[in-house]
Amino acid sequence: MSANCDIAFTLNAVKRELTVPAGMSTLEMLRERLGLTGTKYGCGEGECGACTVIVDGATVNACLMFAADCDGRELMTIEGVAVSEAGERLRDAFVANGAVQCGFCTPGLVVQATHFIAQHPDADEAAIRRGIEGNLCRCTGYRKIIDAIAAAVHASSQGGEHGRG
Amino acid sequence: MGIERYRTPRSLEEAAEILRAGNVTVLAGGTDLMPQTQSGKVRFQPVLMNVRRVPELQGIAEDGGVVRIGALATITELLESKLVRERLNLLWQACDHFASDQIRNAATIGGNVCNASPAGDTLVPLLALDARVVLAAKPNGALETRRVPLGEFIVGPGRTCRASGELLVAVEVPRPPAGFAGEFYKHGTRPGLDIAAISIAAGARRDGAVLRDVRVAFGAVAPTVIRAPRTEAVLEGRSPDAAALAAAARMALEEVQPISDVRATDWYRRELVHNMLKRVLTHVCQL
Repeated sequence: MSANCDIAFTLNAVKRELTVPAGMSTLEMLRERLGLTGTKYGCGEGECGACTVIVDGATVNACLMFAADCDGRELMTIEGVAVSEAGERLRDAFVANGAVQCGFCTPGLVVQATHFIAQHPDADEAAIRRGIEGNLCRCTGYRKIIDAIAAAVHASSQGGEHGRG
Repeated sequence: MGIERYRTPRSLEEAAEILRAGNVTVLAGGTDLMPQTQSGKVRFQPVLMNVRRVPELQGIAEDGGVVRIGALATITELLESKLVRERLNLLWQACDHFASDQIRNAATIGGNVCNASPAGDTLVPLLALDARVVLAAKPNGALETRRVPLGEFIVGPGRTCRASGELLVAVEVPRPPAGFAGEFYKHGTRPGLDIAAISIAAGARRDGAVLRDVRVAFGAVAPTVIRAPRTEAVLEGRSPDAAALAAAARMALEEVQPISDVRATDWYRRELVHNMLKRVLTHVCQL
């Protein structure tokens, strides 16, 4: 039905080679082909941010990106972010601030917040709100998520309080 | 019908050659193409051509009073461009209201222009700034380009006059006159991600007590983004007092033809056009 293409890319610091249908989304590739189910399928049209991944240092919606377009690029998913120092800081902050309820939006928010904090190490609350405008949460009302990201901003400016820095 | 071939040209020559053979869907950022094809609104042609690695489509630069924006420039690249922020601030403001960080990092200006949405965020300031598009094709074995004003390029909702063998290479924007100031306004329930219920790009320069080079464009109030030449004429050479702004807002209502849809009724869109144009113009006069 659809032409296949051979792609080679880096996924969470590991080189991967794969053959994918030309019309497949990066989200489908991650979840269905590679078993990386931390990246969530929410809306499938770029509105909710649950599928946020980092490509060449910038966040994108994996549901809007063609898997074929991953060729030659560097991808980082929540599974990679989770074991990074910045990811651990965010996880601790999300737990400490009660920023997780059902948890479905959490991986996307943590990936987006990782990218956002790297770009805006001194972000205030207004900037944080702008930074996560592409991520929907239907449980928390955002207050605790914003508090958690603000706490992570503070922690990273202190140079990694949890002792791994 | 599915995709039969996936092509990744490395030069404009090669891309134009692929297009000349016909039946091509062009892929850039993918942020519109993916949902359009998944929903069945757009069907893939047999050839899917990813233009990401065509160097001629990249870059933002000024030459001879014209800012040339490569078709592959992402909205984030426009936001980070000092040239765009300083010379084309109206466009910069629209980029700041564009979708979300994730989409701005992937979506390209060429895609936004070719998608030709009546509500396209970058189209409204580009129209106000007299932008034109550069199209390349290889009809007789040699690369040829033509330039088309944006207002002529977009011919209907989602429709442009791009021929199937043509590729949008760049958007060119003449540098606005010295002292030109503008404001972009977009109405939606989420600040960026919403498709605009209406949008306005308006600008002018002050010449003593009066306005000159008045530009007014609207999004989401007609089948395409539109300029409002009669509204501009009301203000041109006039002092921007309350009576002039009220007359401009009244004239704008004669130039828009909004519809009712899921985002707003035609009545509400007309209210927004009338009231927000006055506010935008008031701000422009204070800049």
